[in-house]
Amino acid sequence: MPDVVVRAEGLVKKFKDFSAVDGLDLTIERGMIYGFLGPNGSGKTTAMRMLTGLLTPTEGTVEVLGLSVPKDAETLKYKIGYMTQTFSLYGDLTVRENLRFMATIYGLSGKKRKQRIGEVMERYELTDLQDRFAGKMSGGQRQRLALAAAVLHEPPLLFLDEPTSAVDPESRRHFWEQLFDLVEDGTSIVVTTHFMDEAERCHRIAIMEAGQKRADGSPKELMAAMGANVVEIEGPNLHEIRRRLLGATGIVAAAQLGARLRVLVKDDIADPEGFLKSMPETAGASLIERVRPNLEDVFVTSTGAGRQ
Amino acid sequence: MRSLSRIAAIFFKELAQLRRDRMTFGMVIMIPLIQLVLFGYAINTNIRDIPVAVVNQDQTAISRILIQMVEATRVVEVTERYNSIEEAEAAIKSARVRAAFILPDDLAQRIVRSPATGFGTPPSTDEETSRPVAQWIVDGSDTMIAGAIKGLRNMPLSEMFRQAPNRSTPTFEVALLFNPEQRTAVNIVPGLVGIILTMTMIMFTSAAIVRERERGNMEMLINTPVRPIELMIGKIIPYIFIGLLQTAIILGLGYLLFNVPLGDRPFDLLVGTLLFIGASLSLGLVFSTIAQTQLQATQMTIFVLMPSILLSGFMFPYEGMPLIAQYIAEVLPATHFMRMVRGFVLRDAGLLDMQRDILWMCGFFVLGLAVAAFRFKKRLD
Repeated sequence: MPDVVVRAEGLVKKFKDFSAVDGLDLTIERGMIYGFLGPNGSGKTTAMRMLTGLLTPTEGTVEVLGLSVPKDAETLKYKIGYMTQTFSLYGDLTVRENLRFMATIYGLSGKKRKQRIGEVMERYELTDLQDRFAGKMSGGQRQRLALAAAVLHEPPLLFLDEPTSAVDPESRRHFWEQLFDLVEDGTSIVVTTHFMDEAERCHRIAIMEAGQKRADGSPKELMAAMGANVVEIEGPNLHEIRRRLLGATGIVAAAQLGARLRVLVKDDIADPEGFLKSMPETAGASLIERVRPNLEDVFVTSTGAGRQ
Repeated sequence: MRSLSRIAAIFFKELAQLRRDRMTFGMVIMIPLIQLVLFGYAINTNIRDIPVAVVNQDQTAISRILIQMVEATRVVEVTERYNSIEEAEAAIKSARVRAAFILPDDLAQRIVRSPATGFGTPPSTDEETSRPVAQWIVDGSDTMIAGAIKGLRNMPLSEMFRQAPNRSTPTFEVALLFNPEQRTAVNIVPGLVGIILTMTMIMFTSAAIVRERERGNMEMLINTPVRPIELMIGKIIPYIFIGLLQTAIILGLGYLLFNVPLGDRPFDLLVGTLLFIGASLSLGLVFSTIAQTQLQATQMTIFVLMPSILLSGFMFPYEGMPLIAQYIAEVLPATHFMRMVRGFVLRDAGLLDMQRDILWMCGFFVLGLAVAAFRFKKRLD
């Protein structure tokens, strides 16, 4: 088995005149959670669908688990698990019926099927819910069921399309713990998200915008390489300060977060705190302090959001 | 092996969903039940008791006897009486009556000279003696009504004078096979099987697959190793049983309520019905690959259902249609089934007698399945 699970080169997907994905190169290594981070319409889902063979690329080549996609897509489907954006199991079937159906579809039968269904129900806390109709369960329960169904056939590679967009934060945190358990067992995971906190948990992320990859690396690397330092300002009239700062030289972006103003200062300025303090625009600020960058800052600096 | 167990998985899933969908399950039983009772009793091409008006300008005993004789045929029922022809015509226009019976004031003279009374036959060249005794003014827009009244044209009048009925030899002898009593239900009930199966089979299959697309299940399914043909076969098997159940309801109740024969060939009937179900299901599958929503699937079903009712020979004789309409009718599975099922239950025909229709239905089924499997893509683009 290769150590690279997904390799894509020059991937383009055009829908009529619109390029949903425009020249995407990807290398995803075994045993990691790889995240596509980007707003709606940035091409995350389209890219993922091309990787699983659901969409035919207009241009470019895709190789997943050593198989050429979409040519060998049907062979690949035994080896990958897929979780759709919206719940797509059957609401009018019970948990056990859904799992049994999916297991059979993936070619499991007899003892093996029974054993796997038991295992995933145990692992994803579905045993007590096994006779409940999927349509009558909460978002978090349904999501556990969807994950259980996706891993029934023990795929080495898992694709999750915005898996947590319909669940509460508590379930989300729990869900990610389960993903790390899967990685521990040797599964590689590709996930799309528009939540920063989720992206931050990935081993590696690609920031997508307008069908293109704007940045690619581990969250730490990206934060280190984002070309800006982050300074937070407290005080009255933050709205006014923000308006004046935007457009000033050396300032990449400024965004108000509650009672604080988060300012990205170009990293060729050696002392960003002193620089801001000396600016007339920040007059009246009660506190100016340098803080740790987060992924949102990376996102802002690497996409159009910072260039408005 | 995997293929078979996947088909079984889809079959059982479909069955479980169907069992929980009370509304659909109810319709499976109620559609054939209600429509059989309704149409079996309601549709009747032996027209009786057409409401008519009488304009009696004669007002003698003989005119009243004539009216009673006409009513005794049960073809018409006198519901209105007018003094003038104008009033009668107005009544036809406003649809209070469908025809008017006009008795002239010289009725007695006309009757004695009429050949219908049986007092010998005067030369038909004689203008004075060969006049009809009375006149019907008919709303001819409905050809069936007009035809029924036209049937009264040569009504014998010899009874009027207590004479033996005219025993003249008919030009032709007509022997009625298979339905000598001319009961409409005998023709309607087997045909109804074809209409109801056309509707439910096409609609259920197309909706069953489109529903998965609408609810988002399809995106997950196409990410699994399931093959299109497995999905389709697994999906249609439950509906084959439903189709057989509906056929049993219609023919069984038709036998109990309307005394429609079942024929002596249950095997041929089963094979023919299965083929028709197969052909309809495969058409439903083709529709499911075109329709994006269940509403569209329903519209496509109706697009096929209407000609299946009107052109298949269910309501109007196939032979009476122009050639082009016959070609169109030949395409519809219902036309072939109509011929077949009536052959099996009424004419004691067998599969061999109906081989043309059998072959055509086989072809339709295989072609439909192939087109559907070919069109069904495991891709989203």
